Amino acid sequence: MADYRVGDPIADTKTPPVPLEQRWDERKFAAKLVNPANRRRHRVIVVGTGLAGGSAGATLAEQGYHVVQFCFQDSPRRAHSVAAQGGINAAKNYRNDGDSVYRLFHDTVKGGDFRARESNVYRLAQVSAQIIDQAVAQGVPFAREYGGLLDTRSFGGVQVQRTFYARGQTGQQLLIGAYQALSRQIDAGNVELHARTEMLDLVVAGGRARGIVARDLVTGEITTHLADAVVLATGGYGNVFSLSTNAKGSNATAIWRAHKRGAYFANPCFTQIHPTCIPRSGEHQSKLTLMSESLRNDGRIWVPKQAGDTRPPGEIPEDERDYYLERLYPSFGNLVPRDIASRAAKNVCDAGFGVGPGGLGVYLDFADAIARLGRPAIEARYGNLFDMYQRITAEDPYAVPMRIYPAIHYTMGGLWVDYDLQSTIPGLFVIGEANFSDHGANRLGASALMQGLADGYFVLPATVNDYLGGTRLDDVPESAVLEVETEVRERISRLLAVRGTRSVDSFHRELGLLMWDHCGMSRTREGLRKALDRVPGLRAEFWRDVRIPGGGAELNQELEKANRVADFLELAELMLVDALAREESCGGHFREEHQTSSGEALRDDENFAHVAAWEYGAEPVLHREELVFEHVHPTQRSYT
Amino acid sequence: MKLTVRVWRQAGPAAEGRLVAYPVDDVSPEMSFLELLDVLNQRLIEEGDEPVAFDHDCREGICGSCGVVINGRAHGPERTTSCQLHLRSFADGDVIDVEPWRAAGFPIIKDLVVDRSALDRIVQAGGYVSAPTGSAPDAHATPVPKPDADLAFDNATCIGCGACVAACPNGSATLFTAAKVTHLSLLPQGGPERASRVLDMVEAMDAEGFGGCTNTGECVASCPKGIPFASIATLNREYLAASRSGRR
Repeated sequence: MADYRVGDPIADTKTPPVPLEQRWDERKFAAKLVNPANRRRHRVIVVGTGLAGGSAGATLAEQGYHVVQFCFQDSPRRAHSVAAQGGINAAKNYRNDGDSVYRLFHDTVKGGDFRARESNVYRLAQVSAQIIDQAVAQGVPFAREYGGLLDTRSFGGVQVQRTFYARGQTGQQLLIGAYQALSRQIDAGNVELHARTEMLDLVVAGGRARGIVARDLVTGEITTHLADAVVLATGGYGNVFSLSTNAKGSNATAIWRAHKRGAYFANPCFTQIHPTCIPRSGEHQSKLTLMSESLRNDGRIWVPKQAGDTRPPGEIPEDERDYYLERLYPSFGNLVPRDIASRAAKNVCDAGFGVGPGGLGVYLDFADAIARLGRPAIEARYGNLFDMYQRITAEDPYAVPMRIYPAIHYTMGGLWVDYDLQSTIPGLFVIGEANFSDHGANRLGASALMQGLADGYFVLPATVNDYLGGTRLDDVPESAVLEVETEVRERISRLLAVRGTRSVDSFHRELGLLMWDHCGMSRTREGLRKALDRVPGLRAEFWRDVRIPGGGAELNQELEKANRVADFLELAELMLVDALAREESCGGHFREEHQTSSGEALRDDENFAHVAAWEYGAEPVLHREELVFEHVHPTQRSYT
Repeated sequence: MKLTVRVWRQAGPAAEGRLVAYPVDDVSPEMSFLELLDVLNQRLIEEGDEPVAFDHDCREGICGSCGVVINGRAHGPERTTSCQLHLRSFADGDVIDVEPWRAAGFPIIKDLVVDRSALDRIVQAGGYVSAPTGSAPDAHATPVPKPDADLAFDNATCIGCGACVAACPNGSATLFTAAKVTHLSLLPQGGPERASRVLDMVEAMDAEGFGGCTNTGECVASCPKGIPFASIATLNREYLAASRSGRR
């Protein structure tokens, strides 16, 4: 049964044909420049104000471009990057523990289970150190040692301490740094900000991205904004699963609309399940809350050795506990990468050893660390996380172990981009979590902040320069604008006209459950097929039976959700097709048919060492980008 | 649990608003306050009514989107955000009043949603360090004493939710402004713009229609992030010093 067609492979990623270490320098040198006096005549649209979008908007404006920036939240400071907790990696080697650009590169390619593009990852490692410098110059209050220098800590999948942090609120602090830089440019008149405005479509004219159609979420007004280039920094699509650690508003509409206009979507099935989230408590649960991976530095994960043991954790003696990560992976212990930790938790719970309601939880225990370091030291490191845990669960994690369970957290897949972060639509750039480029099949902890800021502060501004300097743009014909605007208006009218019986949330929950069951932590051909049979029907039901009260010309939060869920219902299908087509296990994509005798992911490098880039169509078209590993040679990842 | 929520309903900025009582059965103590509103909204949709509009996003207390006045207190009875308030803080049968932030600086958009863009404009006036991308020296070029870095961090944890303004009898944004001024004035990187920053931010704050500070302290009592009261003193000291320095 074919669900797709195979198209031409992607031959050129625009990576300069020079040695790895020289590629980024070479690209920057070869890039065309725009005369500073001419820059203000160029308008660049940036959608999203998270770490990637905020840093890109600020930097492009500093360079002299006229930036038009959008966010659906009421303020750019609220983008979901704000919720990142643990830290940001950088190859500073301040610890003198053997870190280097090459080691960060190596760890990231390996951590991604050899499904990322070497050139991009190397560049990411190269610019990582500058990000820390930039953030400190902005006044980001990173944790410091008593000598006044920056502190670092360990994160999963790595044996050096290269993670810089600001208590458990690193994302917030870095985002505020970018937000303040952006605010400075707004005040200077270089950035025109449209808050509470959501992109609903992309305007393509003459084969190039030339603008967006957006809805003012307060008045409902639909307007078109034109520009010389469009940058999407709209984050990931984890909310396909309904329950995730993403913010409620996080959505895939911008990238999905762009995909339908011609941008390839790469590796949609690569989704990350974070091992340490607070387990769900009931059916009204609206979202899941992450407990930072940094907790695994000092917390020990265990379950009772006896299945179904209902004794309180404190009454289970030491020799009746199974510290399963330490047992299975002695050299990395509790700090194995996320995909491995998540799967191990699932396996022990599936085998009946789970704790808490429904047996869907494992203990994350700080008793040893508190005994060794004292409570004040633990408070200083994780105080806000412990408070958050206590607030949500009403249990004191200083006294009883936390209960955690894996949850959807991040999506490695996204719009396909070349070395310049440009999509297959010329003039459309995609940065941060919205693109696919750097994390392969599994992202290492503390690398999302690094990538978002690397893209926004350092990579994109150079490559956008090249595009604008080397492109002659004609006026956008009115017909092109009218066509897209009409489609957007009609879609909204259609949604409002359904007046069915089921709420948007009920559809979203059903889709989420289906995807979690069949395209979540573990996938099978049969399950994927089952979900693929169901999604089109669910989508049809949605368009037949959804109920959206109110009208289009007002603040209407149900309409906003409906627009997003309508797109999730389409994207979900592509995720399933991709997961079905990838007949191997790698990173977060675990196909039960493909595992080693010890239950680890079994890659098929011969047939699947490629990026699956999908072209939109009635039948999706698969374009493969073969991955070449010249430096980090694929081996079976071992963390034992 | 069974609760009754009396929610402020207001169709638009110019419309008349009023409290409307809704009984909500079938909720449980481990649910969050916003999940209570979710349950209410699902029911309203099923009954063909318009759901209650309220701002929210991360639902883990960090984005600052949510914020409602619950029984007369900004973010309700616990010191946290509305999204991190749980129903275990209430008793079965309680009647709970839910209103939007009320302040001259925060016009109501609809129901519980208000316009807080004035806070963004205060930051735009000077709440930053001018450090264009690419211009930074090595991060270790300037060590920062740990106590300064820690106190800067404490002030930088402000989430811009606006509870301080809503709690203040004067509708003042002084704690918000003070947090940013204190954060940046404690760090060497914020030094060069120290005087102009405080003068410009205070001027912007006044221009937005926020009230003055009378050291009531309601702001601090409602702040979900524990911004210290002493930061207001720091703001005043910085303002005084900057005014006398003649530097702008």
